[in-house]
Amino acid sequence: MAEITIKDIIKEENLVYKKSKVLTNNTMSYCPGCGHGTAHRLIAEVIEEMDIQSQTVGVCPVGCSVLMYNFLDLDMQQAAHGRAPALATAIKRLMPEKFVFTYQGDGDLAAIGTAETIHACNRGENITIIFVNNGIYGMTGGQMAPTTLKGMPASTCPYGRDIEMMGNPLKMTELVAQLAGTYYVTRQSVHSPVNVRRAKKAIRQAFENQKLKRGVSFVEIVSNCNSGWKLPPVKANEWMVENMFPFYPLGDIKVEGQLVTK
Amino acid sequence: MEKELRLMKGNEAVAEAAIRSGADAYFGYPITPQSEVIEYLMAQEPHKRTGMVVLQAESEVAAINMIYGAAACGKMAMTSSSSPGISLKQEGISYIAGAELPCLIMNCVRGGPGLGTIQPAQSDYFQSTKGGGHGDYRLVVLAPASVQEMYDFVEIGFDLSFKYRNPVMILADGIIGQMMEKVEIGPQKERRTMEQLIKQCPWATVGKPATRERNIITSLDLVASRQEAFNLKLVKKYEEIKEKEVRFELINCDDAEYIIVAYGSSARLSMKAMDLLRAKGIKTGIVRPITLFPFPSKVLFDLADRVKGFLTVEMSTGQMVEDVRLAVQFKKPVEHYGRVGGVIPSPEEIVNALEQKIIGG
Repeated sequence: MAEITIKDIIKEENLVYKKSKVLTNNTMSYCPGCGHGTAHRLIAEVIEEMDIQSQTVGVCPVGCSVLMYNFLDLDMQQAAHGRAPALATAIKRLMPEKFVFTYQGDGDLAAIGTAETIHACNRGENITIIFVNNGIYGMTGGQMAPTTLKGMPASTCPYGRDIEMMGNPLKMTELVAQLAGTYYVTRQSVHSPVNVRRAKKAIRQAFENQKLKRGVSFVEIVSNCNSGWKLPPVKANEWMVENMFPFYPLGDIKVEGQLVTK
Repeated sequence: MEKELRLMKGNEAVAEAAIRSGADAYFGYPITPQSEVIEYLMAQEPHKRTGMVVLQAESEVAAINMIYGAAACGKMAMTSSSSPGISLKQEGISYIAGAELPCLIMNCVRGGPGLGTIQPAQSDYFQSTKGGGHGDYRLVVLAPASVQEMYDFVEIGFDLSFKYRNPVMILADGIIGQMMEKVEIGPQKERRTMEQLIKQCPWATVGKPATRERNIITSLDLVASRQEAFNLKLVKKYEEIKEKEVRFELINCDDAEYIIVAYGSSARLSMKAMDLLRAKGIKTGIVRPITLFPFPSKVLFDLADRVKGFLTVEMSTGQMVEDVRLAVQFKKPVEHYGRVGGVIPSPEEIVNALEQKIIGG
């Protein structure tokens, strides 16, 4: 048998993984190890696989992903801090046949944009909301977020979040699941291959649901923030599994408009 | 064709004009004295008449951001509010100006500051004409003085907003919004098709086909030199607006020795004052700015060479008077007379003010 060389292997038909066409060639601005890049990639893959690039309008937030429009080859709008669901409401109502999604961090969605989030969810807008929760304000330098865990340090709670002084971390995803206007609510992560596959399936479902016109599909992605957490990437993921997941458990919370009973 | 005439409130005229001018959307939040706008729209069911989307938002903040989302799709979108609500909208207005999006905003001004009063005022002049939100930007500001102008300025405002990709404000007040007058209604214009929209707004985010680059609507540029270039581009646009879009009305200015400068309701009140002054033999004229930005500075500068003085009449403690002084450049005296907090000046008070502050001054 002839020896197999590297040239024999690197062939188009042997490709099992490549960059999505819906991603641009721009270098992502995220820190090494950050979950945003993976989350972007999954959205791009879903849009490519559904063949809806020309029918999709995305809304990016204020925060680390403010420049998301540089990385996705889509028509996109950049919203004021927290207001993405208001923009998405108008876009979808004016162009109901389009696929409309927002991509928001925890400060954006669960603090300054609480009203816009709750009301877009409660009205049952036929949009997809991707909520990336890393428990901290990444872009501004690691300040306390509405989702910062009890005792977790941040630059505005350097001795850890003191519940008596600073209040409780907010479980926005459980909250919106209670609203009649949400159709699909789930919490995922992108820190391991199996979780990446589950997250992609959830994002696909969240986009497919827009065809049904039954309300908001809301996908939380619990993610890391190496810079803000002051941990190397692998350690950050371990810390996330040990500390974030017990408070923000992964899995479906609402499916086809029904709360999942556990 | 016979004219269609109706007796309408100013706020209703704005709402009907929005439907008739082929607007795609209205987003708003109730506040006195302009809630008739959304009430009228909801009663009219414009989604049945033209397919226009009307939605009551959870806040003024959400409403203006809905406008941003709609405008970024190239849609003709309008909101309205009154002073405290307009303050809430300033964040969104700044983003809309920064993203160079077209839209129409009506402010039915009430007295402030704070919650103030629900009575009419003109105390939002600075906010409307000097920016309002953060950053260097301007709105085109139209000041209607009748219910007919409330109606007419909707279509004019939309046209200007798309021509310059800039937010346009109709700066009304509680009197113009609430009073009823005869209005000539225009024909129903068709809403643009998606093809027409894309032709008019090739920048619109309506989904990226394979045939073009992606469209991005943002007001962000982290590179200082590029942001500076963008700011200067805006300045150039505002200069063009100043050159081409100034609108004003001159009333009895040809032989006038004294000029009252007033816009909106104050201009209407000043008409009566002018008649009383002329009956006394005091030759008085009125300059009524119709656009507050761009401001009719040139006409005031020129008039200053041949009149004896100017009195501005505003329902504020003196805001437009600063622009009149800038225009007149100390050539002649410029004084202010106003009532505030929802109090409306009487023509007799205006007569006294002109006699005491300008003639006697």
